[in-house]
Amino acid sequence: MSTATKLDPAAAQRAANRKSAKAGRTVIFRVKRCEGPGKPSRWEEFKVPVPPGANVISCLQHIAANPVTTQGARTTPVVWDSGCLEEVCGACTMVINGRVRQSCSALIDDYAPQEGDVMVLEPMSKFPVVRDLWVDRSRLFHNLQRVKAWVPIDGTYDLGSGPIESPASQGTRYKLSECMSCGCCLEACPQFNLEEDKAAWDTSFIGAHAISQARLFNEHATGAILKDERLDALMGQGGINDCGNAQNCVKVCPKHIPLTESIAAMGRAVTIHGIKKFFRGE
Amino acid sequence: MSQHRVIVVGGGLAGLSASVRIAEAGLPVDLFSLVPVKRSHSVCAQGGINACNDVARQQGYSEYEHFDETVYGGDFLADQHPVLEMAMWAPKIIDLLDRMGVPFNRTAEGRRDLRLFGGSLFKRTHFAGATTGQQLLYALDEQTRRFESEGKVTKYEFWEFLGPIVEDGRCVGIVAQDMRTMQIRSFRADAVVMATGGNGLVFGKSTNSVICTGAALARCFRAGAWYGNPEMIQVHPTAIPGADKLRLMSESARGEGGRVWVPRKKGDTRDPKSIPEAERYYFLEERYPKYGNIVPRDIATREIFDICVNEGMGVDGKNQVYLDLTHKDPDYLTRKLEGILDIYEKFVGDDPRFTPMRIFPAVHYSMGGLWTQFVKGSYNPAEPRKKHASGTPAPIDWKVGQGMLHGAPTNMMTNIEGLYAFGEVNFAYHGANRLGANALLSCLFDGLFCGLSVANYVRDGKPGKTPASGMAAQAFDAAAAKEADRMNRLLGTVGKGGDASVNPYAIGKELGDEMTAACTVVRSGPRLAQCLSKVTELRDRYSRAVLSDDASWTNQSFSYSRAVGDMLIAAEAMVKAADLRKESRGAHYRTDFPTRDDSQFMKSTVAKHDPATGAVSVELQEIDHALILPEARTYGKKS
Repeated sequence: MSTATKLDPAAAQRAANRKSAKAGRTVIFRVKRCEGPGKPSRWEEFKVPVPPGANVISCLQHIAANPVTTQGARTTPVVWDSGCLEEVCGACTMVINGRVRQSCSALIDDYAPQEGDVMVLEPMSKFPVVRDLWVDRSRLFHNLQRVKAWVPIDGTYDLGSGPIESPASQGTRYKLSECMSCGCCLEACPQFNLEEDKAAWDTSFIGAHAISQARLFNEHATGAILKDERLDALMGQGGINDCGNAQNCVKVCPKHIPLTESIAAMGRAVTIHGIKKFFRGE
Repeated sequence: MSQHRVIVVGGGLAGLSASVRIAEAGLPVDLFSLVPVKRSHSVCAQGGINACNDVARQQGYSEYEHFDETVYGGDFLADQHPVLEMAMWAPKIIDLLDRMGVPFNRTAEGRRDLRLFGGSLFKRTHFAGATTGQQLLYALDEQTRRFESEGKVTKYEFWEFLGPIVEDGRCVGIVAQDMRTMQIRSFRADAVVMATGGNGLVFGKSTNSVICTGAALARCFRAGAWYGNPEMIQVHPTAIPGADKLRLMSESARGEGGRVWVPRKKGDTRDPKSIPEAERYYFLEERYPKYGNIVPRDIATREIFDICVNEGMGVDGKNQVYLDLTHKDPDYLTRKLEGILDIYEKFVGDDPRFTPMRIFPAVHYSMGGLWTQFVKGSYNPAEPRKKHASGTPAPIDWKVGQGMLHGAPTNMMTNIEGLYAFGEVNFAYHGANRLGANALLSCLFDGLFCGLSVANYVRDGKPGKTPASGMAAQAFDAAAAKEADRMNRLLGTVGKGGDASVNPYAIGKELGDEMTAACTVVRSGPRLAQCLSKVTELRDRYSRAVLSDDASWTNQSFSYSRAVGDMLIAAEAMVKAADLRKESRGAHYRTDFPTRDDSQFMKSTVAKHDPATGAVSVELQEIDHALILPEARTYGKKS
């Protein structure tokens, strides 16, 4: 990550902000709120004192304990999804100052270094809002079922170890396996759109994360037993052909997973799979 | 189709492995979780999972030594037979995870690599980078998804467990609430497995996820389940202080060569890299020449605490010490530890490959938990053996069934029939201190080994004759109605004014501050008495709590506020048990009783809650110590 940080101008800006951050300042949080599905959304602003090391989560915790707007009106605590707070569970993903990311690793010093600076928080737009900043990402997990993202083991019996694997192959799979199903790649994808009708999930675009997971399991010696079924799923409607090659996914992935490499690799595999099927007359 | 159903509460490693094992045994599983199971707290475990393997064995290590280390590491408080069985099964569990596709780090030949971890002189810890818990959880999540796609597991995600339903002394279901619609309803089950993890939030900031309130345990406790060794709380030596939580810096940083030090001169403000070797105090290495930086967690924590708080030698005069990896090859570090080094850099801004990290201890794990039973296995020597000499041949062969009887229906069942506790939420295996990389193991072991016990109980026990599905509706309806009343009473307080003293968030914060100050690294009778009166005051204030949101849809703040009430009851059990244990053992250190007292206290504390009066009482209970004789736990400390 360090190298990536050094090459990324936005990361350089954040580092500069962090250095110039003013101690004891107050930051304005503009939060897009919505009481539930079908309800209109509205904006509310909160003034939050920022101690050193504060992140979006600690500020939301402050608001939860003191739900009073900048105008002095009492309101309800803001609702948001969170879990580990160390960027491994993926829960606290939201749109912060226009870019999708995890709120736990969004440090206020990086984004709002001066007195009165504004942080804008919005829910992800590609998933239905449950309330405020909390969205329902069940479609994302459903799509993992579509590509059978698992190794088909013969149960939990004692059957000895798994296949021998080279360190290089392990390195490739480990990187892919760090995907925490946060949905950043889907939020940034022009081809992946809000779909509230569950019946349409199986035929709408599956998304970069699921394509990459299909690759992860096709790369495993036992996982590859289901290779053809995964490729069939990616060949169908809403599969890999729906990818418009915008390459936004890889730019927003917090774990730097090589999603476009995965898409390219699976694209080739799907093409070959299609040709084979053609010659087999399937 | 079976008329039986099993409920599993919690979707971390223990809950998922239980779901997979029970579904595999042919019983449909209803799996409840506060979060999508892939986001459970197991995801935070970093360093690895312990098991003897062939390489370690040929170097002189054995499953028996793993057992011995775990009992010694836990300062002879754990029941010994279950620990033996867990150590014997560990290699099989690694094999299974390997078959599931976990990307364990590999040797040049393509075999599973091993690293050093606390409390052992052998490399016996399997790992996947420095996000081992995440990788293990994902493997189980994938297998669960497979069962889900086959209709054998039904997930209830974003559902909160509110309590077990106990009828004639037998657990026959649960009450739960959908955290989106706020619907409260009862669910029937022939057995219920609690796999709800730890309770770090009782201490305010900890290394735990925000869901680890311990409320689920407390709700079982209130319903009559016993709480074993509640005072045994692990404080991890190395965490990154933060505004919202204390982020874990894995023990693997030390296992891979990380050194803990402070400047020898108090108030030395030089850049750490410019301080020469001779002017650095590597206090763990000097005080524990044999184990050095990989002494067990309770010991490392106390030494760091001693250096900072008693000696005033913390870096920059603050409560922090250096954890230094900068002498290691940066590429090696990236390969072995990338995940945790990235986290440090993200949150602190320094790259630990080139700058020593600044760390301090943080509440991490609960060795205590719901009291559980077991049936002893076939190894029952006439006399307990002396502690095993490291690296010598094991006295017994590697064979399963010697520690616990596989499939016995009461394995890891609580005192309430049909109510089980798996993983961190039970009190088994780790005694007074857990060794690093044994937590993932105990979670998986419970799910995979004791999952069969659940299936056998359902088929051969009372549910075999009278399944929950055929019972009268009254008990189920009444249990749900009681929870609805509790909700309505709390929601009815919204808009009733009230100052900060009755704000549930303020009460939760004060509880955390007080518990951290009085009931973690250093404890004493007078301070615990003060803490107990604070908890009593907070309980009184909580009874008058005023909430800030009465929404009937996705009311998160209500859910937290309700949990605070349960956390207060759990805290009372912890403080009372810590007061009763007038000795020092493992993580429990009393300044007024600084030595271990086996004659009086080599016993479990068992907390009980009287539902009629709400009173919490604690008593001592004999433990199973038939296998290893206790001896002083020094880790070779130099005086």
